[in-house]
Amino acid sequence: MSAQRRVPGQLSRGQAILRGVVLGLGALVFLFPFYYMVIGSLQRFPDTSLGGIFPNPANITGANYVAINERINLFSGLINSGIFAGGVVLGTVLFGMVTGYALAVLKWRGRGATFALALLVQTIPFQLLMIPLYVMIARDYGLGDTHLGMILPYLINSTAVVIFRQYFLQIPKELFDAARIDGASELRVLWQVAIPLVRPALVTVILITFIGPWNEFLWPFLITKEASLQPLAVSLANYISTIAASTTNPFGAMLAGAVVLAAPVVLLFIYFQRFFVSTDIGSGVKG
Amino acid sequence: MSSETLGRSPGVASPRGPAGAGSRKRPVVQRVFGKNPLGALLSTPYLIFLAVVFAYPLVFAFYMSLHDYFFSAPGAVVDRPFIGIDNYVAALTDPQVLQSFRNVGVFLIINVPLTVILAIVLATALNRVVHFRAFLRVSFYVPYVTASVAVVAVWLFMFSGNGLINNVIGPLAPDPSWLINPTLAMPTIALYVTWKQLGFFILLYLAALQNVPNELYESASTDGAGPIRSFFSVTVPGVRPATALVLMLATITGANLFTEPYLLTGGGGPNGASSSPVFVMYQEGLQQGKPGFAAAIGVVLVIIVLTIALLENRFAGGKEE
Repeated sequence: MSAQRRVPGQLSRGQAILRGVVLGLGALVFLFPFYYMVIGSLQRFPDTSLGGIFPNPANITGANYVAINERINLFSGLINSGIFAGGVVLGTVLFGMVTGYALAVLKWRGRGATFALALLVQTIPFQLLMIPLYVMIARDYGLGDTHLGMILPYLINSTAVVIFRQYFLQIPKELFDAARIDGASELRVLWQVAIPLVRPALVTVILITFIGPWNEFLWPFLITKEASLQPLAVSLANYISTIAASTTNPFGAMLAGAVVLAAPVVLLFIYFQRFFVSTDIGSGVKG
Repeated sequence: MSSETLGRSPGVASPRGPAGAGSRKRPVVQRVFGKNPLGALLSTPYLIFLAVVFAYPLVFAFYMSLHDYFFSAPGAVVDRPFIGIDNYVAALTDPQVLQSFRNVGVFLIINVPLTVILAIVLATALNRVVHFRAFLRVSFYVPYVTASVAVVAVWLFMFSGNGLINNVIGPLAPDPSWLINPTLAMPTIALYVTWKQLGFFILLYLAALQNVPNELYESASTDGAGPIRSFFSVTVPGVRPATALVLMLATITGANLFTEPYLLTGGGGPNGASSSPVFVMYQEGLQQGKPGFAAAIGVVLVIIVLTIALLENRFAGGKEE
């Protein structure tokens, strides 16, 4: 391949191979722990030797899943995680979408400041707010050990607000003007013109909003003491930190719980991965 | 305010007569809230949310840190005297707190540069790939979208004394093993978090790479630059705003460290060698019932983190256009 004919950015053969090796190695390092999680969760006796990487029919069992389910109620954990994440998704879609619309399409006083706030709050470490939020929500409002107390600090995802705004900005202004000339009220414009057009954004927003609370540990850990109300991430963490040592195959049961916690998000993510678009999410953080 | 709005001011509207009071209201609303008052109305829930969940707790945290704050029964009237900077003095002279700050320093020194370098290299490699694109994207992002509690379980399994990693490296296995070794515990956590978060930062770089004009690569190529050369002279400067953002976000995430020391090293072990400021805040503030002391740690932590983030932003030249 001569230098003149080379398309910019095109690699020589050696460089292309190098890039392939880098990417392949990267994929292996990222994926292997997940594979190993599944393998480990199916082992009757933990096999940490090199050979243990491969499934061994003589050592396969589903008993770990039964064992973890006896210690922590997987079903109620999943339900609680679902209510927590679902509540946050609902709040974000309801309130975040109309805020995004107001920020992108309508002209009102305070618009610039609200947008700046949406970006700013993403840089405030939650941990600074942890103690006062705990005092407010658990002690003053009496919302400890409730789903509402869990959801409240996450109710509207600011990244999602900014992504919604970005999508509404991309809709040609003429569409709104045409509807207004036809006599549609602003609310009608929002409901019948704008929202149907940002439907693809909904999937992206739901996806990124869902994984936050589903995976969250610290806040629900602080706010729920009652096991029957704990999301799966919290009850599994409690199992890892306290009960695991007293069981026969602690790693097997731990990994079985990890598979149950990870599977819904990983499957959702694989199914909807084409909506996980870099430019949208990038703009959600930096505006 | 536009001329259209002015044209509908009360004085001009009055000749319309009967509608009277009703039509006079609208311009007032518009004068206060701007051309489309609906915008303010639609954003009200979000603004209330920000006030309740961010603004108020922020002020409250600061208030707590300056008072002898303690938990009491809801509704009980108790005296919580103002004690000035006593909480700050107590926090900054507590060896446990100082150690946690040093630990997070070690964490950031390993995690932040590693994150930036790996993310930019992998994003560049991924950007123009044609085959297996979806597969590679999914595999790079999967650790980021998975719960830390779940992946911590498999890291515990792999890095335990008798685990796969030690079995693979054989005689090179550290003694005591990774997570119970005072020197290695924090670096192992830093590696874990780098691995876990990398997908998100690759994603930010991928977004930034779409904004690097192709002409720059073309002219670099015309000037005889190979791919390596154009990586350093076109890609790296081209994604500078993203680098500033990644530095800042990685620093903030790192300073928020809690789940990993809590679970991977069984509560900041061994002997506090991997405890983090947030972990100490949890222990002292909620377990020991000293929220004022914990709030003071939080304020100091945020001031340090924001200072580092601003410095990084300055040196990485984060100004966009």
